[in-house]
Amino acid sequence: MSSSQLAYLSNNLVYSSLFVFTLSFFLFAIETAWSVRADRENGVFDRARTEKFARIAIALMTLAFLLLFGGVLARALSAHRVPWGNMYEFSITGALAFTGAYLVALRKYNLRWLGLPISIAVLLVLGTAITLLYRPSAPLVPALKSTWLVVHVSAAIISGGVFLLANTIAATYLIIERMESRGGRNAWAKRLPTLETLDQLSYRLVAFVFPLWTFAIIAGAIWAESAWGRYWGWDPKETWAFITWVAYAAYLHARVTAGWKGKKAAWLCLLAGSTFLFNYVYVNVWGTGRHTYSGL
Amino acid sequence: MSAPELSGLGSLRYLWRQLTSMRTALILLLLLGIAAIPGSLLPQRTQNPMKVREYFTNDPTLAQWLDRFKFFDVYGSPWFSAIYLLLFISLIGCVLPRSWEHAKAIRAKPVLTPKNLDRMDFYRTIDTTSALDSAEAWLKKNRFRIQRNADSISAEKGYSRETGNVLFHLSLIVILIGIALSSSLGMNGSAIVNVGERFINTPTSYDNLTTGRFFSSESLQHFTITADKFVAQYNPITNAPEDYTLSTTISKSVGGSSEKKVLKVNSPLTFGSTRVYLQANGYSPIVTVTDQSGTVVFQGPVPFLPQDANLTSTGAIKVPDAQPQIGFIGSFVPTIDRSSSRGAFSAFPEALDPRLLVSVWEGDLQMDSGIPQSVYRLDTNKMARIGLKEMKLNETYSYGVGTITFNGFTPWVNLQIVRDPGKQYALIGSILAILGLLTSLFTRQRRIWVKVGKKVEIAGLAKNAIDGLESELNDLTDWIERFNEKEIEQERRRK
Ligand code: HEM
Repeated sequence: MSSSQLAYLSNNLVYSSLFVFTLSFFLFAIETAWSVRADRENGVFDRARTEKFARIAIALMTLAFLLLFGGVLARALSAHRVPWGNMYEFSITGALAFTGAYLVALRKYNLRWLGLPISIAVLLVLGTAITLLYRPSAPLVPALKSTWLVVHVSAAIISGGVFLLANTIAATYLIIERMESRGGRNAWAKRLPTLETLDQLSYRLVAFVFPLWTFAIIAGAIWAESAWGRYWGWDPKETWAFITWVAYAAYLHARVTAGWKGKKAAWLCLLAGSTFLFNYVYVNVWGTGRHTYSGL
Repeated sequence: MSAPELSGLGSLRYLWRQLTSMRTALILLLLLGIAAIPGSLLPQRTQNPMKVREYFTNDPTLAQWLDRFKFFDVYGSPWFSAIYLLLFISLIGCVLPRSWEHAKAIRAKPVLTPKNLDRMDFYRTIDTTSALDSAEAWLKKNRFRIQRNADSISAEKGYSRETGNVLFHLSLIVILIGIALSSSLGMNGSAIVNVGERFINTPTSYDNLTTGRFFSSESLQHFTITADKFVAQYNPITNAPEDYTLSTTISKSVGGSSEKKVLKVNSPLTFGSTRVYLQANGYSPIVTVTDQSGTVVFQGPVPFLPQDANLTSTGAIKVPDAQPQIGFIGSFVPTIDRSSSRGAFSAFPEALDPRLLVSVWEGDLQMDSGIPQSVYRLDTNKMARIGLKEMKLNETYSYGVGTITFNGFTPWVNLQIVRDPGKQYALIGSILAILGLLTSLFTRQRRIWVKVGKKVEIAGLAKNAIDGLESELNDLTDWIERFNEKEIEQERRRK
């Protein structure tokens, strides 16, 4: 197949996966909604009724994952390089890694409850990628021809995916916390882990990925030294990477040194995560600077 | 909280203690993050002077106010510097004593066993009376540091958590030192060099040069670079550049032995602590200008500045030696195309079908007025236009008082030359910072106590929230119980 055919195939696969992700999202939503209603009607949560939906939803998510994998692969083949040369590719590869991590974790842990928030997050990322960030497949500009592309961007992708996951869990924490403080969990929320577990989980994810994020920034700086002649220049993307770093550092410090937990920590986690999202969307779409390989 | 009554020295000491507390350092770091925000939302002079000028024309009053508070130079502004200087001082004041204390703690014995062990995070009891030997064996096996007393053992492990912590903060100081070195002893300049020409590293060769406060021009490295050949490859479908290669001949001194080197975007040339980067490229049309009598008054390449991705370039050719003085405003189009709305423009960045468009001006170039002029712009205040022409290669245009011939073109490259003596420190500092971070985030520091009395008490305390201590204590309990069972078994056999 020629490059342009592959690029075309890739687009179709990504669109199809978006469609299947949407179906999976609806099923997760129905499952959740039913359990909410079951809760209201008789206070008893009928697992059997929703079990089937959850299973189909996960099967669909797996299918969407495979389609997306095909899309990313075709994109890489069509451009003869790693599939993260611009923001569009960064996003679809990120969404792939994010879903993959969830599906793997699902086999080991009871994380089905995360399905709804995960599918919302994936839909947002893929939707943004397709509507705002899309770029036709093309070879790299000279500045990107470097081994650091693999190192720097893959570290950024993984960090981004895990930050997003930690954020999803922190948001879930806040919702459940509110529910409990207003007189107990709805039935559908009963199968979710304890608040303590959610709190620990988001903290562990951040603690795990913070050094990787630091590394992504340093790898970027080393690359900037060899491509742009300076390792740090307060380019908007660099600035916001630094701000994200400071925000997560504050989060970790607050937890370890000041003993912050629960609600306060979850809000701080969300704040830090939003600086990452701001960098991802704002700086790429409206910002200026040298980091405009997004090609927008 | 009411501040204590303080004398002069006392209040200084009080301030110092406040400044060097961990909390202040953290707040300053957060402040630095917040202070960095406006610089990413507003255009900055150092990065995008054009956008700043635009801001001034669009909204002069707001721009003036913003400028008064240095919002267009955020990262060099006094308030931004103030925050990081305070942070620097605070870090030093916080970390140095801490390192010292930690160095002592590493050699110290674990703390004494407290009286009331049941107040600890983890506490359990076993119904035996002998446990110290077996506990000691287990703790030794697990590499705890142990202090054994008559009726208890106090053990501690995970000192490297604090070591990592101290290392992380110390390495931040190393990074800051690197930055300070770079900005005071470094230099950064750029020069446009036509292919075929030689760049000699002296201050006058630069188009612009900024140096640190303590940089002296004697410390400019000696070298010359001759641009032999420049190849740019473009994608035929998207027009995007795919590869730039500059072949050079370099020499460590004028007239010294020379060497061939290739310069690419991601691989700069290195001369000691100075690096040379390939930053941009464009075209210099080569022209010959004669006067009325046919004498050549100007000949050579003139760099033009690219205006778009397809390298439509504009520039000025000034001929002060002609009588009267002549100037040309020119536009170089590497691959000509036309549309009704844009007129002539370039359709591809490679020079496949080049044209030179000139408008000819006669009068006073004002080059002796003392005001520095841009070489790319013609000041036509005291000039009159006497001709207009689009030329093909080797075409000559005669405008009455002289002629201009479009002989050809050569690419130019913009070399960025940087001396950054602090960058190694910044790099080493950041690698150490990651190592420190990893150690401190993933080491569990904990204490375990075992005390014998009527029964055996086991207690544990973890310093950070990472769990694992509980299962460790389970292990220890199991071990002690099994050990005791074995003892009992042996005892029975002996009987
Ligand atoms: C100090 C230097 C650097 C920092 C702090 C930095 C930071 C980042 C961050 C935070 C991302 C994640 C994407 C996002 O959140 O939007 C990213 C992606 C990326 N970086 Fe960097 N970076 C640096 C240097 C460089 C250099 C020198 C290059 C190439 C010459 C580069 C190329 C890329 C590319 C291609 C991506 C992927 C997607 C895109 O933005 O198009 N980065 N960088």
